[in-house]
Order: sequence, then structure tokens, then C-alpha cells
Amino acid sequence: MTLQHYLVISAILFTLGIFAVLTRRNAISILMGIELILNSCNLNFAAFSRFVTPPEDISGQIIAIFGIVLAAAEAAVFLAIILAIYREFGSIRPNEVDTLKG
Amino acid sequence: MEFTLKTFIFYGFALMTVASALLVVTVRNIVHAAFSLMVTLFGVAGLYVFLQADFLAATQVIVYVGGILVLILFGVMMTSGRLEMRIHIERGQLLLGGAVALALFMLLLTVIANTPAWKNRIDDGTALPPTTEKIGELILNGPFLLPFEVVSVLLLVALIGAALISRKEVRD
Repeated sequence: MTLQHYLVISAILFTLGIFAVLTRRNAISILMGIELILNSCNLNFAAFSRFVTPPEDISGQIIAIFGIVLAAAEAAVFLAIILAIYREFGSIRPNEVDTLKG
Repeated sequence: MEFTLKTFIFYGFALMTVASALLVVTVRNIVHAAFSLMVTLFGVAGLYVFLQADFLAATQVIVYVGGILVLILFGVMMTSGRLEMRIHIERGQLLLGGAVALALFMLLLTVIANTPAWKNRIDDGTALPPTTEKIGELILNGPFLLPFEVVSVLLLVALIGAALISRKEVRD
């Protein structure tokens, strides 16, 4: 296994996440896409920590752990906003939430 | 690179991750997408094990699979009636989004293949000591103490904010 194996896997995850965010018309599916993107990012941190920095330096892994914490906070707030939107609009399709549209 | 059991398992995890991520973004039923996401998260945890990041792999399983995925399923349960289970996709958006994603993927592949500093970094297979002790040392008694405290405050803020946003409006 080389560094590039991990980078390619993470690039695929990132691209699929972007694809989900761009095409899906359901807020929870968009959240799933964002989770894929965050996972690819954390995988990159861990891979660089293993291959590029000296092996006893594990700072990259710690950054990945902080990334997981941020993802958890983000998911909680995201779902709270989705619940509030659902109560207000009766739908979680992003293009139906258009009160601010001129 | 000779084809050993280890490389076989690695490619198994890689395939599992990529295939289930593909399902997450293509399947029309949102519950099926959530369960595919679970497989993806397990696959990424397996890749962390291959990177000798044991604590990170455990955290991934506990926080993502045990926490975030359950949150997502609760979100599906509370917001999706029978009609909303199917994810709506517009055809024009599909083409445009696919083109953007493909272009981005090609760009990333070019960068990955051509950066000299990233070439020939091969996993020599030496086993490193478990990372948990070192991570605890670095976070609580090292350079990551301040980020750790900041992230604790951020979690608290997110918790209170989420509870405040999602609570029912009390009319007096």
C-alpha cells in the first residue's frame, strides 16, 4: 500500500460527496454528502500522518479526531435546523424553502 | 508489491468503502442511503486500522456509526412521510453535477499522480506502538491542550444551540 492508494480512495469519497451535495434535493441526503466529504478529509489527514511525517509523529491523527468532533457538532446543528424547517415549511426540499427569494 | 493476505484485505476495505459510497449518492430510498453510509463509515474505519491509527478507528466507529448515523436516521424518521422517502433528483442537475464532480475528480487524480513528494511512499509494514497513550499525552499535556478546550466549548455551544433551535415554540 502506498500513500497514493489512500489519496485516490479519499478523492473518490470527496467527489461522490460533492456529487451528492450538488444533485440531491433532500436536506438529509445533502448531510450524507457532507459526511462523505468530511470522511475523505479525515482519511487524508491520517494517511499523511502515516506516510509523510515521521512515524512517531501522530499530529495528523489528532487533527482527524478534532475533525470527527466537528462533524458531530455540525450534524447535530444541521438536523436541528432541518427539524425547525420541517415544522415551518412542511418539507425538507431545499428549493421549497424560498421565503427570502426576491 | 506482492499479493498477500494483507493487500487482499486492504482492497476489500477499499472496495467496500467506494462501492457503498457510490450507493449512498445513487440510491433513491433515503433509508437505504443511510444504511449504505454505515457501510462506508465502517470501511473508512478499516482503512484507519491499516494506517495504524487504532484510536482513530475506534472513535470513527463510536462517533460516526453510533452517533451521527443514529442522528441521521432520527432525522429521516421525524421529517419524512411516506412520500418523502424517495429522494427527488432533477435531470439537468444530475448532468451538471456529474460533470462538475468528474472534472474535480480528474483534477485531484492529476495532482495525486504528479506531486513528486507523494511518490514512492510505501508502507514498510513495521508495527507502531498503540497510539492511545500518545494521543492522551499530546491532548492533555501537550500542544493540543488549547484546541481541546476550544473544541469542548464548541461542542457545548452546538448542544445548546441544537436544543434551542429544535425545541417546540411555546406560545403564551
